[in-house]
Amino acid sequence: MDFSLNLSSGLFANDQKFKTFEQGHVYDLIIIGGGPAGLTAAVYAMRKGLSTGLITRNVGGQVADTAGIENYLGYRYIDGSELVDKFREQVLQFSIAFESDSTVQSLTPGQPIQITLEDGRIFKARSLIIASGKQSKKLGIPGEDKLVGHGVAYCAICDAPFFVDQRVVVVGGGNSGVEAAIDLAKVARHVTLIQRRDHLTADQIVIDKLKAYENVDYLFEHIVTEIRGDQHVSSVMVQNRQTGDVHEMMTDGIFVQIGLIPNSAFAKNVLDMNEYNEIVIDESCRTSEPGIFAAGDVTTTRYKQIIIASGEGATAALSAADFLLNQPS
Amino acid sequence: MALFDDNIQKQLKEILDQMVGDVTLLFFTHEIECQTGKDTHDFVNEIAVLNDKLNVKTYNFVNDKEKAEAYGVDKVPAIVLLDKDGQDTRMKYYGIPGGYEINSFLAGILMASGRDEQIPAELKKRIAAIDKPVHIQVFVSLGCPHCPNAVMTAHLLALENENVKADMVETSTFTHLAVRYNVSSVPKIVINEEHDFVGAQPLPHFLDVIEKA
Repeated sequence: MDFSLNLSSGLFANDQKFKTFEQGHVYDLIIIGGGPAGLTAAVYAMRKGLSTGLITRNVGGQVADTAGIENYLGYRYIDGSELVDKFREQVLQFSIAFESDSTVQSLTPGQPIQITLEDGRIFKARSLIIASGKQSKKLGIPGEDKLVGHGVAYCAICDAPFFVDQRVVVVGGGNSGVEAAIDLAKVARHVTLIQRRDHLTADQIVIDKLKAYENVDYLFEHIVTEIRGDQHVSSVMVQNRQTGDVHEMMTDGIFVQIGLIPNSAFAKNVLDMNEYNEIVIDESCRTSEPGIFAAGDVTTTRYKQIIIASGEGATAALSAADFLLNQPS
Repeated sequence: MALFDDNIQKQLKEILDQMVGDVTLLFFTHEIECQTGKDTHDFVNEIAVLNDKLNVKTYNFVNDKEKAEAYGVDKVPAIVLLDKDGQDTRMKYYGIPGGYEINSFLAGILMASGRDEQIPAELKKRIAAIDKPVHIQVFVSLGCPHCPNAVMTAHLLALENENVKADMVETSTFTHLAVRYNVSSVPKIVINEEHDFVGAQPLPHFLDVIEKA
């Protein structure tokens, strides 16, 4: 058995200086989100000398779920979890207020801005950066919620081992779908990749890797309309988008990789958003509300990439610092 | 052959240097070890030599049946963590805590050693209020990056309240349990046999399920 260690030394770094949040304190800046955008913003803010707090559900965000990264400069190849460790280590060397495992419920703009957590605690700050990222989108079809964890899955590197010698369906032809299909093709008897469009939209280099597997079939211009099964997934209903014909396809599992939705619900009715619920920002990462900035995948930024989210995190922090300079303290 | 190369050994040593007090690893195995049993045995021994505060006692699941029963060990390979006073921390690992699980194993050792766990007061109160027996099983696969978080959360609950015991269960070793509990996504958390959820949910979610159980 392969049990080679994936050590996250950043988890145990002992030069960590971070502290817990103080509820009464008004911070210069609070950052929501612990992915590349939020963590980069934190480093910039701490170096500017701002009293800063960071609230995150899980450090690393989507990067923590990514197997290999080959387009973040400085590393030809790095594991997602390893890159997250390096980010985390670089942030927690500062005495930043740090709150993990927490979800923000709502925002109240003003001076100070109030941030209410799901557990009812309220934190205050003179400026805010929202870098809460995105999360996996569900198909939203019958059977999906009922069979989550019973054959419906969203993380191929986690759950591929349960589908050894079985038949699986992967929905989605972007990078995450094609990468999931590769992880599954290594162990499953057969993989069917179902894609709405007439071609895959993943990077060519990733597509080429998948094409090397002979146990993969492609079903283009099809969508899944229902997941069936009693205790466990037994089949999916698949519809041809051209003809409208529906047929049943037997399968032991279905991996859903159809993209992401922004974690922006807590800012609804507070900030301007586009039709996809992404927070509208300008070139300085300003939102529609003074003192509130946003960065990374939760925003209207065109491309969702680690390196771009990091860059935006820096922009947002510098904009927040500028904003604070012009504020009476 | 050594399981850990020099570089990993150095990193493990640095982390184990943060141990506050002694920790004893009780390792339960069979007389004739299966491959996982053998690997886990080597794994435990190789980690234990990296810090003087770490001790290992190896027991035979059959010959030392009384010990196994005393610590509630019902399958092997199993690792039970004892604190500096030799008291059971109720944190267990069934199967090898390799891959990403090395992180929950190291965290477990540091927790058992008496590291200060920073838990918000509200949550501390809720943990202290658990007054019925709670058994948490966290099913993991070694390639799962968020599984260690679920294991650490379960273990923290066990450490903080003596009514709670928490097991990491490595599914490729205990495939029959993966089948019995219908595990096809990890981490899968099973509480008192009847309540389950999928995903590395935060501590308050564990408490919600326990309080309703």
